[in-house]
Amino acid sequence: MTRPNNIELPPKTRGLTAIAGAMSLIAVLLIVQIWLLSAALDSFLGGKHGSALPAAIFSGVMFLICFGLYLFVDRVDSNVRDVSGEQ
Amino acid sequence: MKWLRRSSSDPLWKEEFSVRTGDERYVTRRQLTKFLVLTSFGMFVGNLWILLRSAFYKAPTYPQQTVARLGEIPVGGVKLFTYPSAEDYCILVRTAENEHVGYSQKCTHLSCAVYYSQESDRLECPCHKGFFSVADGSVLQGPPSRPLPRIVLENRGHEIVAVDVRV
Repeated sequence: MTRPNNIELPPKTRGLTAIAGAMSLIAVLLIVQIWLLSAALDSFLGGKHGSALPAAIFSGVMFLICFGLYLFVDRVDSNVRDVSGEQ
Repeated sequence: MKWLRRSSSDPLWKEEFSVRTGDERYVTRRQLTKFLVLTSFGMFVGNLWILLRSAFYKAPTYPQQTVARLGEIPVGGVKLFTYPSAEDYCILVRTAENEHVGYSQKCTHLSCAVYYSQESDRLECPCHKGFFSVADGSVLQGPPSRPLPRIVLENRGHEIVAVDVRV
């Protein structure tokens, strides 16, 4: 069953979709960060210290992206609540 | 005791369960997003900790310690010893007439004690079937991702002396 294109979804539904999308992106980034941490720890315990700096930089970048997505979710949430007239 | 008094005039149950039923899914998603971002921050802090440990890492110095006498163990035989401290168990294997190798006995997967299998000529971890080469300690098979730390040995007269650990 397909939905007609000219029907606009209610703001709350759109907000939920945006939040779900952002959450999915954060979850993917988190999985990569967990892998990065385990690989960096494995290298460190194996006596190879060269990979610690690039791992920390990439992990920091991924955290900043996650934080940006969180701010996006927060903004979307506020907008939805303003439109819906909620607290 | 002013700070003990509740600020709101709402009933206590309403304060504790302040989420309306219709919004429950919505709020939970926002909270989960916050939790995921905090976890991401935790991962970043973990990587920073590894970076700091790497930056301030000092290669340890190891003592010289006699671990066996030449000819004490037969070819294909083993002797257990501790090096560099009394808690670090190691295994000495006589692989040929004039060749001895020493490794940490702690498996690099989950720290089970490895043993030497003469039939297959390899070091085996019985817990999760991790196999290591007796020639250089490298991983042959199984879950360990790192080789066994190797004990550097020197022949001095009639004694085998441990002088270093190579990870």
